[in-house]
Amino acid sequence: MSAVQVEVEQLVDIEIQLLLEGMFRYYGFDFRNYAPASIKRRIHESMREEGSETVSAFQDKVLHDAACLERFLNRLSVNVTAMFRDPSFYLTFRTKVVPLLRTYPFVRIWHAGCSTGEEVYSMAILLLEEGLYERCRIYATDISAEVLRTAKEGIFPLASMQEYTANYLHAGGRHSFSDYYTAHYDNVIFDTALKRNLIFSEHNLVTDSSFNEFHVILCRNVMIYFNKALQARVHSLIYESLTMFGVLGLGNKESLKFTPREESYDELDPRDRLYRKVR
Amino acid sequence: MSSPQLIVVGTSAGGLAAMQVLLPGLSEMFNCPIVIAQHRGKEQGSGLSQFLQKSCRLPIVEPEDKAPIEAGRVYLAPGDYHLLVEKGHFALSTDAPVWYARPSINVLFESAADAYAETAVGVILSGANGDGARGLAAIKARGGTAIVEEPATAAYRAMPEAALQATTVDRVLPLAEIPSFLNMLCQSSERGVR
Repeated sequence: MSAVQVEVEQLVDIEIQLLLEGMFRYYGFDFRNYAPASIKRRIHESMREEGSETVSAFQDKVLHDAACLERFLNRLSVNVTAMFRDPSFYLTFRTKVVPLLRTYPFVRIWHAGCSTGEEVYSMAILLLEEGLYERCRIYATDISAEVLRTAKEGIFPLASMQEYTANYLHAGGRHSFSDYYTAHYDNVIFDTALKRNLIFSEHNLVTDSSFNEFHVILCRNVMIYFNKALQARVHSLIYESLTMFGVLGLGNKESLKFTPREESYDELDPRDRLYRKVR
Repeated sequence: MSSPQLIVVGTSAGGLAAMQVLLPGLSEMFNCPIVIAQHRGKEQGSGLSQFLQKSCRLPIVEPEDKAPIEAGRVYLAPGDYHLLVEKGHFALSTDAPVWYARPSINVLFESAADAYAETAVGVILSGANGDGARGLAAIKARGGTAIVEEPATAAYRAMPEAALQATTVDRVLPLAEIPSFLNMLCQSSERGVR
């Protein structure tokens, strides 16, 4: 490789560090401990979208143009998910977690990093079918106001419903999935009854602290975007926010194995990444 | 040619058959990690890796987030995630599909170019779209090695052809000759021969 090429790549890495440092110092958004490979990819995608030739030019826009910042934050926080993503997770939740929840008079669930809300509505449907919804509150949080707006609306593309219906059935769904929504042109809107006990709010896992004690915390495919040090921090936050014998649900390819909190949990189901806080 | 520290392989349509030629041909002494992005459905579970394991002497693993990258293993990108590499370990993402694919070949290859530079080797096999071309060009741009299956003998030639158009490659080989070439690349690095 030519020396010039090495220097260009090093320069890009320096520029990315400066961009992230600037965002933290000026706005308080701390992406400095995000996993480098995926944040670099997202920065380059945003640069293409904004027509910026260099990271430095992009930094100029992010620091001076609030709309550009919002678009960038949106890209950094969108986790492209589906309703009942990994159906077996929801099936196992029904068989192994729901019986535990029945023993509580009131259940607080925290869905951390809920993105556009597909998985929040999935959980609401599951709890409704299990007769638990009335005693549950789901606190769904994300760093981005933009994705939360979508999540609150509960409006999703009609074109996705075929896939979601299949997922719903594989997840142990007991009704007709279309009972839960009304189609309107190219979109569907989910039943307002599902929203009654949902509370959407902004929360930053990186810089904010615990805000309640929960019986269930779902944080699926969120920490894959963090480096190991930040994962450790968020695992401490989750641990502190979980009641004793509370349940933690992670994404399909995430595990406690590479984290310092491994010893604090028992596996409820190793394949579907459900853990129970035991010490 | 620098001694390879990471080999990335991309394939789509025709990939399953191609894997069954590539994997059995790899020496059990193979001392370099191989990471495969094959376009696949969203289904989870280890069915595909178990199937491929039957024809491979090296252990096949679908990596978890932050799992270390170890020599002598074949890693298969899990369904419905992008698989990226950082120096020494994996990183997953659920960003939007690229070329309708998640896992995407470009995403894996571009991260390999970034983290492994001249020690990365990219291999493009049979496929019916242009995914992987940009990623292979990225590997070349950082001084790595590019290998493309001979389009004339590929089950689907669009993906190898797109790769050949995107960059200047080091070798264009019939599928059957690719495993022995990879064995040679890794053995020569073992003996310190360049």
